[in-house]
Amino acid sequence: MLEIKNLNAGIEDKDILKGIDLKVNAGEVHAIMGPNGSGKSTLSSVVAGKEEYEVTGGDILFENESILELDAEERAHKGVFLSFQYPVEIPGVSVTNFIKTAINETRKAKGLEDMPASDMLKMIREKSELLEIDRKFLSRSLNEGFSGGEKKRNEIFQMAMLEPKLAILDETDSGLDIDALRIVSNGVNKLRSKDNAVIVITHYQRLLEYIVPDFVHVLVDGKIVKSGGKELALELEEKGYDWVKAELTA
Amino acid sequence: MAYTEDDLEKELATKEYKYGFYTDIESETFPNGLNEDVVRAISLKKGEPEWMTDWRIEAFRHWQTMEEPEWANVHYAKPDFQNISYYSAPSKKPKYDSLDEVDPELLDTFKRLGISLDEQKKLAGVAVDVVMDSVSVTTTFKKTLAEKGIIFCSISEAIKEHPELVKKYIGSVVPQKDNFYAALNSAVFSDGSFCYIPKGVRCPMELSTYFRINQAGTGQFERTLVVADAGSYVSYLEGCTAPSRDENQLHAAVVELIALDDAEIKYSTVQNWYPGNDQGKGGVYNFVTKRGLCEKNAKISWTQVETGSAVTWKYPSCILKGDNSIGEFYSIAVTNNFQQADTGTKMIHIGKNTKSTIISKGISAGQSQNSYRGLVQINSRAENARNFSQCDSLLMGNKCGAHTFPYIEAKNKTARVEHEATTSKIGEDQIFYCNQRGIDTEKAIALIVNGFSKEVLNKLPMEFAVEAQKLLEISLEGSVG
Ligand SMILES: Nc1ncnc2c1ncn2[C@@H]1O[C@H](COP(=O)(O)OP(=O)(O)O)[C@@H](O)[C@H]1O
Ligand SMILES: [Mg+2]
Repeated sequence: MLEIKNLNAGIEDKDILKGIDLKVNAGEVHAIMGPNGSGKSTLSSVVAGKEEYEVTGGDILFENESILELDAEERAHKGVFLSFQYPVEIPGVSVTNFIKTAINETRKAKGLEDMPASDMLKMIREKSELLEIDRKFLSRSLNEGFSGGEKKRNEIFQMAMLEPKLAILDETDSGLDIDALRIVSNGVNKLRSKDNAVIVITHYQRLLEYIVPDFVHVLVDGKIVKSGGKELALELEEKGYDWVKAELTA
Repeated sequence: MAYTEDDLEKELATKEYKYGFYTDIESETFPNGLNEDVVRAISLKKGEPEWMTDWRIEAFRHWQTMEEPEWANVHYAKPDFQNISYYSAPSKKPKYDSLDEVDPELLDTFKRLGISLDEQKKLAGVAVDVVMDSVSVTTTFKKTLAEKGIIFCSISEAIKEHPELVKKYIGSVVPQKDNFYAALNSAVFSDGSFCYIPKGVRCPMELSTYFRINQAGTGQFERTLVVADAGSYVSYLEGCTAPSRDENQLHAAVVELIALDDAEIKYSTVQNWYPGNDQGKGGVYNFVTKRGLCEKNAKISWTQVETGSAVTWKYPSCILKGDNSIGEFYSIAVTNNFQQADTGTKMIHIGKNTKSTIISKGISAGQSQNSYRGLVQINSRAENARNFSQCDSLLMGNKCGAHTFPYIEAKNKTARVEHEATTSKIGEDQIFYCNQRGIDTEKAIALIVNGFSKEVLNKLPMEFAVEAQKLLEISLEGSVG
């Protein structure tokens, strides 16, 4: 589904991603772990198409086609979804209005009519129940005054509504208490199927108890330095990133 | 570089100004220039009584002694008042009972505007008094209104049919000598609308008027007078668009609202005069005086969406004369390219327990300048007066400007005046967030702008709100590259 080949990217004169290779097949869950500042968010932004970052080498293939030349919205239309580490506020635009616009713009790009209002409402009801989101929440301005946990839950709600092929969850667990973590994980797990893939970016092993990864990768200083199965996450938790770094220099 | 017909054509072709076209309805137009004879001729042409002619002359004589104001934060080439024609009327001016009788070319014009009468007739509850180049062409729904004793007609007709009402109220809120443009308007006003709601009557439909400028070099001087008698209610809509023109066109309207005891007037405007092209060439100058007077327990709400004009100078105001009266001002002003807007309101608290609310949303893009100017004046006898003002500015790009000039004069210690102001920029992060959800940049901006403007859009009547949203999108098209 996603194939990242020797990806180099940065901003202005600063190299951030220094040769990333990653292959994610449909049906798989990959976890990317790594210390702060290692480039995890940059990687997700570059895959999603943020223009601020310049790709200086390598390629990103989605369903066997390069998406480097595509605008962010075109990538979204193809089924790439990013749950932001820091979701932005859009004052005056309700959660419902926003997701409605997102869905209908995506349908428009595919040459489809707007989703009938009744279908939309039904879907909103289903997905908000799945994520235990209150009705009142849906009419609030997008992310304005939301708690950390509410923001993340809202990201996963949008993901559930948009039903992407590839979901990248950037530190979706930070700011979530244990109940919220369970609810959100449950939402993600419901989306999992043999046709979809998920990349989970996290610091902590905790989330991975709920969303069990098939592969774990360790990102340090813009490079994937170690890959393994789910047990790698436990090992990291136990020994810390210094262990990987030490191994590298050894 | 000279601006040629070719340029105009190109401009039209690129649909930069969607509503830019010109209807060739044979017109009877006065030669350029202004003097007492012209003022008399206008009055004569309209068959006005002597008192009206005298009123105009008085205004004209005073206007001659006045200077064009300079205090607004706008810069433009001053109009040459001797180079403007002060009267222009469609040559055929019958009143129609049905649309079938209306000049098809005119109907076509409205269709292109997306406000076809056809459609509007069907829109339940909307009576339209169409002002096309100064003379009222058609009036619908008059009968329903008449049954309730509501008068809704052109001001020229009102001067003839209801002189006692016009004579009593015209100039009572905006005196002839109020300011330079108001004096000019008083002298030469061509037409406009008149509305009277009798005591205790709730007007059953939204009253609306569409104004257009349609003749090259014809200044447009509309005069609107709305009187809501004791305990009555009316919602009045005014919207306009104008054809593309390579010449600055002057528009100096006067609107007077009178809300007697316990009456309520809602006045909503969507203004979309031609703003000039993206080089700052052409466009309408819009210098408007709008003011309302509230008697006891009365309420006046001004809601405006300003997207057009090259230069806008406009301050819909409320004089809260009666105790417990309420004034409201909700405004969205969009400026793009080289547009300049200096707009805001004045709330004059005279009566006790008077309240006013000001919500102003300025959106600036391109190299435009957008100023909010507001005065809250609490007079010494206005016990317990309250005002809340909120002025928010949204900037797109680095070349535009937003300015806020709030003036507060409180002469009574019991006054409570609150002012809040914010300035924000549409951020790349916001745009990227929308893009990531499949929303392209143009649509993302529309979404963000609509969200920003929501408090004001919500105040507009439904059909108008939809039209206003479309206008916001059109006026900001291509503003982020
Ligand atoms: N927009 C940016 N401008 C400048 N530096 C950036 C920008 N984005 C990321 N960086 C830098 O790139 C590095 C990686 O950041 P990031 O991808 O956010 O790491 P992580 O998500 O792993 O904590 C950091 O050193 C950060 O300061
Ligand atoms: Mg990060």
